[in-house]
Amino acid sequence: MSIYADHAATTAMSEAAIEAMTRCMRDCYGNPSSLYRIGQQAKEVLEQAREEVASVINAQPREIYFTSGGSEADNQAIRSAALAGKKKGKTHIISSAFEHHAVLHTLNTLKLEGFDVTLLPVHENGIVIPAEVEAAIRPDTCLVTIMYANNEIGTIQPIREIGAVCRAHNVLFHTDAVQAVGPLAIDVQAESIDYLSASSHKFHGPKGVGFLYARKGVPLTSLIDGGAQERGRRAGTENVPGIVGMAAALKETVAERESENARLTVLRDRLIAGLSEIPHSALNGDAEKRLPGNVNFCFEGIEGESLLLLLDEKGISASSGSACTSGSLDPSHVLLAIGRIHDVAHGSLRLSLGRENTPEDVEYIIPAVKDVVTYLRGFSPVWRDLQSGKKSFIL
Amino acid sequence: MALYSEKVMDHFLHPRNVGVIEDADAVGEVGNAKCGDIMKMYLKIKDDIVEDVKFETFGCGSAIASSSMATEMIKGKPLSEVAKLTNQAVTEALDGLPAHKIHCSVLAEEAIKSALEDYEARKASKANS
Repeated sequence: MSIYADHAATTAMSEAAIEAMTRCMRDCYGNPSSLYRIGQQAKEVLEQAREEVASVINAQPREIYFTSGGSEADNQAIRSAALAGKKKGKTHIISSAFEHHAVLHTLNTLKLEGFDVTLLPVHENGIVIPAEVEAAIRPDTCLVTIMYANNEIGTIQPIREIGAVCRAHNVLFHTDAVQAVGPLAIDVQAESIDYLSASSHKFHGPKGVGFLYARKGVPLTSLIDGGAQERGRRAGTENVPGIVGMAAALKETVAERESENARLTVLRDRLIAGLSEIPHSALNGDAEKRLPGNVNFCFEGIEGESLLLLLDEKGISASSGSACTSGSLDPSHVLLAIGRIHDVAHGSLRLSLGRENTPEDVEYIIPAVKDVVTYLRGFSPVWRDLQSGKKSFIL
Repeated sequence: MALYSEKVMDHFLHPRNVGVIEDADAVGEVGNAKCGDIMKMYLKIKDDIVEDVKFETFGCGSAIASSSMATEMIKGKPLSEVAKLTNQAVTEALDGLPAHKIHCSVLAEEAIKSALEDYEARKASKANS
């Protein structure tokens, strides 16, 4: 038995992407910057991929910049807006407490450079309130950066409302849409998005490639000095096969989006219902405003890493926000941000379903998780104290 | 390469001496739930020898494996020897732990030390009463 339930971490490459890449590597090895035919042929497939990616989010092809992935796109967008802001004396940035580290760590670096950062609360349901974004905007605010959907608990943010607030106040708006591009329909124009980051391997494309959408006219600084690739905004010969693979994977994901989302939502809700039967457990994040495949639970009295290892023994690949899986002493900042205290946050489990998962998988996962949680609680001193009343239950 | 050695996985998947000793002569507890690790050791001691030992652990794979290994290493041993058990010895017996998991073996050593302190304290209070 082998069930991959960690699609928020990465996804298996689609056959369409593998085929497109293989063809590209074999037949289209030229450098897009070369003027002869072999080079121009590579340029052509590159630009076709750009058009395909742009159309998915209702952007213009010239607004798409290919990067090495989501982290680079996040860094570039935030740094560009910050640098432009600083020139005008605007050094305040608004973000949320549960952003990906690619955003939070970039903001930490900017703080050392003199920027003031406001991290908005995400509340118990894991959702930012647009009115709180508006209230946080100051005359010196240069950027708002709020993720489209959270990578751990899958909650979907009111991006259109936040975008409207930013546009009304003339503040640049970036969204880390790494988890959203693919499963969610995004319209950068209707949603007033200035910058958007995406990563190919989250939607069945290859790793090491992604893109940044930067609206025409917004500041965009290169992080890498060198040649004039990507309109001078990203030096280095383009990863043509990777980009072609990404575009193929995205096209396929979007084509099957509606039916796939409907299918995954049923599986997700069945999984949530099944795991809710485990006593002293709780779903993390809003039950409805969440990605179609995302399930994230806390189980009181156990620790997440041992839970993952035992699930792995049963053939289930999942993830956790426990400290032991992060290599730090603190559990997931996302779980802490939605108000889970340390004791409970250590016992978290994320199951993110995707294309290959079946109803049978879900029916296998539910009793497997129940068994493992019961087993671990059986020799947990925390559970004993909770049972004996020495400690009170939180969940 | 796997995250843990085969020895660690063996002790994690088949932990030895799991459970509680209701009439234990000594109980040691270290760690806290906030940090994600709690170890509790129960010792049955007779003639200064650890006759029986059981443990309960809330923690990651290496914390459970370290507890299991440590209980095996002190079972049947005289207290003088038990007091000398180090976290290095536990780590070595497990064929090593990842660098960021060494603290799990430290916790096992501390749990035993805590149980021995409890034993001494109980002895002292018995002598006084």
